[in-house]
Amino acid sequence: MNRVVRVQRDAFDTASITSHLTADRTDIGALVTFTGIVRDHPLLLEHYPAMAERALNRIVDEAADRWPLHGCAVIHRYGELAPADPIVLVATASAHRGSAFEAAAFLMDWLKTRAPFWKRAPEGWVAAKAEDDSAVGRWG
Amino acid sequence: MSLKILYFAWAREMTGVAAEQAPLAPTPDALAGLLSSRSLGHAELFSARATLKLAVNAEFADWDTPLADGDEVAFFPPVTGG
Repeated sequence: MNRVVRVQRDAFDTASITSHLTADRTDIGALVTFTGIVRDHPLLLEHYPAMAERALNRIVDEAADRWPLHGCAVIHRYGELAPADPIVLVATASAHRGSAFEAAAFLMDWLKTRAPFWKRAPEGWVAAKAEDDSAVGRWG
Repeated sequence: MSLKILYFAWAREMTGVAAEQAPLAPTPDALAGLLSSRSLGHAELFSARATLKLAVNAEFADWDTPLADGDEVAFFPPVTGG
């Protein structure tokens, strides 16, 4: 499986990441990308550097155990972000669309509850959402 | 015999420090008791353990996870990435 996991301050280039996932493979029939975008107000993203990339790799490992993925990318940004800035990218490549769609949804649900990042909005720290916990629960 | 302690997000703001050292304690629960005496902010943070998450050596851990000399213990709010 082609894998790209990065924790970075800078913006990411989705096209270059997905081309890395599909490089040298002719068995990929489905590529799903999800981009999370900063909405409404600026955010400061704090993270735990020693843990963040390791946690993202764990989440990718779990997705690869559950679905037959040929490629998987997770990019998460930190630092100061403005409305309309991309903040997170999840990309999954598989033979068929079912696995790619499901794995992408799973990755986002797990990211929300298992990746050590904290959002700060102008009015204060963003609280964890109960619906994120229930969303992750559907995967067992 | 010591531990490296890290705080993130509002846990860092409450204690007023991002990192500090502490003597070895058997578990994060025991460590929290020890750290609570350092400042009012520490005491307030560790009085609300139900809302606090933690990691030992950059892995999610529990309040009764055994600690060893040199471990890095991080305290932080529930994560809000993605």
